[in-house]
Amino acid sequence: MVSIRARFRLSYPAFTLDVDLDLPGRGITAVFGHSGSGKTSLLRCIAGLERAAGGFLAVNGETWQDGARRLPVHRRPLGYVFQEARLFAHLNVADNLDFGYRRVPPGERRVALEQVVELLDVAALLDRQTDRLSGGERQRVAIARALASSPRLLLMDEPLAALDQARKQEILPYLERLHDELEIPVLYVSHSPDEVARLADQVVVLAGGRAVAQGPLSETLARLDLPLRLGEEVGVVFTGRVIERNAEWHLARIGFAGGEVWVRDGGAAIGRSVRLRILARDVSLARHRHDDTSIMNLLPATVIAQAAEDHPALALIQLRVGTTLLLARLTRHSLSRLALAPGEQVWAQIKAVALVG
Amino acid sequence: MLSPADLTAVWLTLKLAGTTTLVLLLVGTPIAWWLARSRHWASGPIGALVTLPLVPPPTVLGFYLLVLLGPDGALGGLMLAGGLDLLPFTFGGLVVASVIYSLPFVVQPLQQSFAAIGEQPLEAAATLRAGPCDTFLAVVVPLARPGFMTAGILGFAHTVGEFGVVLMIGGNIPGSTQVLSMAIYNHVEALEYEAAHRLAAGMLAFSFVVLLLLHTLKRGRPW
Repeated sequence: MVSIRARFRLSYPAFTLDVDLDLPGRGITAVFGHSGSGKTSLLRCIAGLERAAGGFLAVNGETWQDGARRLPVHRRPLGYVFQEARLFAHLNVADNLDFGYRRVPPGERRVALEQVVELLDVAALLDRQTDRLSGGERQRVAIARALASSPRLLLMDEPLAALDQARKQEILPYLERLHDELEIPVLYVSHSPDEVARLADQVVVLAGGRAVAQGPLSETLARLDLPLRLGEEVGVVFTGRVIERNAEWHLARIGFAGGEVWVRDGGAAIGRSVRLRILARDVSLARHRHDDTSIMNLLPATVIAQAAEDHPALALIQLRVGTTLLLARLTRHSLSRLALAPGEQVWAQIKAVALVG
Repeated sequence: MLSPADLTAVWLTLKLAGTTTLVLLLVGTPIAWWLARSRHWASGPIGALVTLPLVPPPTVLGFYLLVLLGPDGALGGLMLAGGLDLLPFTFGGLVVASVIYSLPFVVQPLQQSFAAIGEQPLEAAATLRAGPCDTFLAVVVPLARPGFMTAGILGFAHTVGEFGVVLMIGGNIPGSTQVLSMAIYNHVEALEYEAAHRLAAGMLAFSFVVLLLLHTLKRGRPW
């Protein structure tokens, strides 16, 4: 039973957390929502840091909490990475890592300390005091410390939120390695579409304490009825594979279910699986194929549906290219001029495709 | 230099202060922990009760302890009924009185350093498999070490300096309850200013060293 079943109802002054979730027990699940939507509260309930009476929680077949009993935090085999690292100030880095590690009975350990040190690249920091670490280093140590306690579920509460852009870019590759190399299910709380696009396999969208959408990343992001407003960040994420690398123009051809696109060559080898992100604002539509344009990526698409945007001038169109869903943002004026209806064939002109990992 | 009687008083004072400090740290730590973290309505009144010995003259405290622990007092009566010796005018009585009298000097610094640690390291420790007692010993105690040092030094020094409570509950029995402050008082009463000077100057020097220690503790952390 590879799943995380979580049912909590807990009232706060500002909102009521009321969720009943059945999450996949593997991969990274992003818990996504604006601040105040209940993301952190959900994570704290799962960790047991919040006492949600009457809640239910089972992680991959083990019941951590039900009506009758409730495991205290320290008996739950989980790792928790807080937003502000929370390293122990009286211990150096090595002792911080060792703190959780030595409290796990040897028979239940799943990772060696060396493995964690290597994975997060903290070997050079081991002798340092925690106040001699940069923000990015602190967070790496915090992640390593959580992993060293052999968690069967890793909870990450906006681990990058306190870092500036450069430090975020420094940490993200480590999180991707985590995803690729360890088989620990991760719940990753974030309000950053960038991080979600890059890391998540599945998404749970929270709003006002309730789960308003849940599913695989690409499907969920392509939904038109998402009550969550992403503004400029609306777009889709899907995976493709590198087919060709053009050395002259420094471009790579990526194939995906339904077509191909050219992107800036990010160095990924031919055959590698990559993640593509296309924002709705970077997609325009045309009835006919135009080759006299600077836009390289032209894809034949079928109109599926449309929805209103926040601003009355704009509309969001859902398209299908092969089996892949795309979103395009047009003005309602353009939409009416093109007279697009569901089922019609159009050309999607894609101005920018980002490789996000 | 010091007469044998004075040396006995010095030794007795150190023994009393040492014992009291030990008891204070054992008793004061859970009280301070509870006061620092509890949102129970009773934490206000209990906090005030613990701090109470700071306000009235020590003789007030000493007087009520004498009444309470005496043969006609509620506690004293119980002790007699239970076949125990009465506490007033004994070393044990001095310890009990000193513990109550110096309690705020130990509880307050501990309470402050516990509060300064906050919830965050405790939650982090719990997610790393440390139970409550484990967390207290492995995280709280080391983080609160300056608080423990301050509490210990203040508790010790304050006990060395007490007079009023000792006068009331201890009497003035050489070798048993006659501490330094009493010895100085006796010398002055007997117009032995020379002997009084030697003890009093020693007390002054001791106080200076204690304050210097506390100051160093606040600035750096030589420990």
